[in-house]
Amino acid sequence: MTILTPEPVTPGDTATAAPEREFTIKARTQGQMVRGRFIRHRGALIGLTALGFVVVLAYTSIGFWKIPGWWPLDFKDTGTVVNAGQPSLDLIPWIDGDGLTIGDHPFGQDQTGRDYFALTMRGTQISLMVAFVIGIVSTFLGALAGAISGYYGGKADGVIMRFTDLLLTIPILILAAVVGQAVAGGGPFFLAMVLALVIWTSLARLVRGEFLSLREKEFVEAAKAMGAKNSRIIFRHILPNAIGTIIVSATLTIAVAILLEAALSYLGFGVQPPDTSLGRLISEYQNSFSTRPWLFWWPGLFIIAIALSVNFIGDGLRDAFDPRQTRVRA
Amino acid sequence: MTAYVVRRLLASLLILLAASFVMFALVSLSGDPLSEFYASSDPDRELKIESRIDALNLDEPFIVQYFLWLKGAAMCLVPGGGCDLGVNLQNQEVTAVLADAIPTTLRLVLAATVLAIVLGVAIGIISAIRQYSSFDYGITFAAFLFFSLPIFWVAVLLKEFGAIRINDWLAEPAVTLPTAIVIGSFSALFFSALSGGSRKRKVLIGLGAGFAAVAIFIGLVASGWFKNPGMGPGIVIIGSVAGAVGATLLFTNLENRRVLFIAIGTAAIGVAVAYAGYPMLEDPTWLVLVGMGLLVTLVGVGIAYIWGSIDRAAAVRASVVTSFIVGFMVFLDHTISSFASYSDSVNGRPFATIGSNTPNYQGTFWEVTLDTATHLVLPTLAIMLISFAGYSRYSRASMLEVMNADYVRTARAKGLTERTVVLRHAFRNALIPIATLAAIDFGAVIAGAIITETVFGWKGMGVIFTTAVEHFDYYQVMGVFVVTAIAVLVFNLIADISYAILDPRIRLT
Repeated sequence: MTILTPEPVTPGDTATAAPEREFTIKARTQGQMVRGRFIRHRGALIGLTALGFVVVLAYTSIGFWKIPGWWPLDFKDTGTVVNAGQPSLDLIPWIDGDGLTIGDHPFGQDQTGRDYFALTMRGTQISLMVAFVIGIVSTFLGALAGAISGYYGGKADGVIMRFTDLLLTIPILILAAVVGQAVAGGGPFFLAMVLALVIWTSLARLVRGEFLSLREKEFVEAAKAMGAKNSRIIFRHILPNAIGTIIVSATLTIAVAILLEAALSYLGFGVQPPDTSLGRLISEYQNSFSTRPWLFWWPGLFIIAIALSVNFIGDGLRDAFDPRQTRVRA
Repeated sequence: MTAYVVRRLLASLLILLAASFVMFALVSLSGDPLSEFYASSDPDRELKIESRIDALNLDEPFIVQYFLWLKGAAMCLVPGGGCDLGVNLQNQEVTAVLADAIPTTLRLVLAATVLAIVLGVAIGIISAIRQYSSFDYGITFAAFLFFSLPIFWVAVLLKEFGAIRINDWLAEPAVTLPTAIVIGSFSALFFSALSGGSRKRKVLIGLGAGFAAVAIFIGLVASGWFKNPGMGPGIVIIGSVAGAVGATLLFTNLENRRVLFIAIGTAAIGVAVAYAGYPMLEDPTWLVLVGMGLLVTLVGVGIAYIWGSIDRAAAVRASVVTSFIVGFMVFLDHTISSFASYSDSVNGRPFATIGSNTPNYQGTFWEVTLDTATHLVLPTLAIMLISFAGYSRYSRASMLEVMNADYVRTARAKGLTERTVVLRHAFRNALIPIATLAAIDFGAVIAGAIITETVFGWKGMGVIFTTAVEHFDYYQVMGVFVVTAIAVLVFNLIADISYAILDPRIRLT
């Protein structure tokens, strides 16, 4: 796609110019360029690493589905409270000279002796799962609705856009709370699916905008002239050009979804016991702040870590997909 | 324009109608309002079920219920038509409950949004002018961090560190090493990031600001200021004169002696009026305060108008801004002076964690103001932190775009000062998208305050909404929905109209 223009050779330089300077042209695909720009974005790379670490930690430690993890304790098992439930994690070795210790209960225990590391990991798993399901499903729905609406226009556009108007009128928290309460017994996965059904509208509008401008482009006309079917034009010609907007928006939706799930669970309309999520943990233990502050710190720190990493990844992706913005960034 | 507004209002009404139907269906599907009786062993169970069925029209089919509700709601549009949004589970009129709750929510949201806009825009613009400086990077990172904070988590932290610990500390103010380090390094970081110039200059300013802050802090603690805080006439006068100088700097430059003297004159009159009317300010009413403020503003504007000569416009503006600053200083002075007596009257725990005011609180005007303020400060901070991030990002982006525009280059090329270029040419145009954002955001924040109100136990719409959803209180949920949805629709309309007013290229048709 890009061809690096060779530097103009000044007459005096011809004799001394190194031969390898003349052929530095390297053809790169768009994907390679995006990847290159993304990797140069320091914040995004750190975010990606941090998110990867949190995901691996959450899913390998206590295991998921039927696969056991490496952490011996289960998040449901109560036990005896050791050392007033204080965290045994010690990451600052020079304070008491014990060195780096993890201990039996690195994040401490709650008042019934449940291991808080296992609980936090379970909460992280659920929160991540909910956020990713919301992100993926709502992106799929939004992209589909936006594509149909923007490409076909007319009646389909009218119906879809009036429907998004309607959903956008109801404040998201109010809609989500009522819907969350309605599906309270259905489990976190079901909750995520339902929440995805209510927050796809803003992406649909974005994609519609992209499609409206792209469908007037010459390459679409060319494809039409060659007899391409509508579905082929949408999926092979227009969608790849709109993919930047979609991916960036999907990433930011995941960040929003983490916070939305946390807020709903905090209010009591999200994930229901016996299962738990990061928001639920905060809501359960907010009153123990003065006695056992760690019960409050850990889930909050994990929410922030996830949301912050995802936001930075989204920022990096936006820069990567939009070369006009490429600049040296932190 | 009128035709456009009428058409938009009609369209909004239709959307509201459809949305209310969807919402009603969802709420009805969410659960059964009778469920609390099924497990109860109350002897009057049957009777209570009966009366609730009757009050909520539960014996009618869903569609009929909706239209019955709609009929009552439609009467709200007719003046004097007897607005009826149904009753809640406690048999209270939903309209009455909302009428109590809406002012509480508005008070919270209004203060937070205004502060978030002012601070966010100011900081966004500074970070745009200082693009790629350490201040810019710091603010960018802070904005990302604030975006990622769960508001309830921040709120609980604020309760602990902003109220409980502060109250403990105020009971026995003492300088400890950690507080001194925190205050010093915060002030150092802030001022050195804000200052421009070479690295050496930044370090020096940072060190100076850090030590100055610690010194002031130690001085205040040692003199017992925190036990009985106040500002005194000295600070009020210095602050007012500084405000006058700042206002002059904002509209012209300090070489323009005429405007500078007019602004300082306004400040002097303001301070004089405040101290001449001191007895009236012992326990004033809002009317007296606003009256005195207006008097000073009018006199200031009059002076500016008469002696402003060719700088009349700038002088009038500077004088208005100055009189606001003076008014604010005087207000602050009186409020802070009553802090000690207020603190005593609430058992030495001035900063509150729960509620929107102390129940049945009696006191002078300033004490009541303090009571409201100390209840307002934490939830306002919580909401502000989160929406501030958005404003600073948007105003930075918008300012950067404007600063690269041709007309800004033209303005610089014809020799205007940097201040005129930034404030008169760039800033005004950068505000256009922000005005739109602010309108839309305000509609959304009203609904978003639900969480903050829950954490801080405000009896606003948030608490009403959450309890209503929990107990499947159909009409109560619908009431909150109607208010928030109308807010969203109206503020979206305001956003579009303000865009057209601010940017004449945009025509609403």
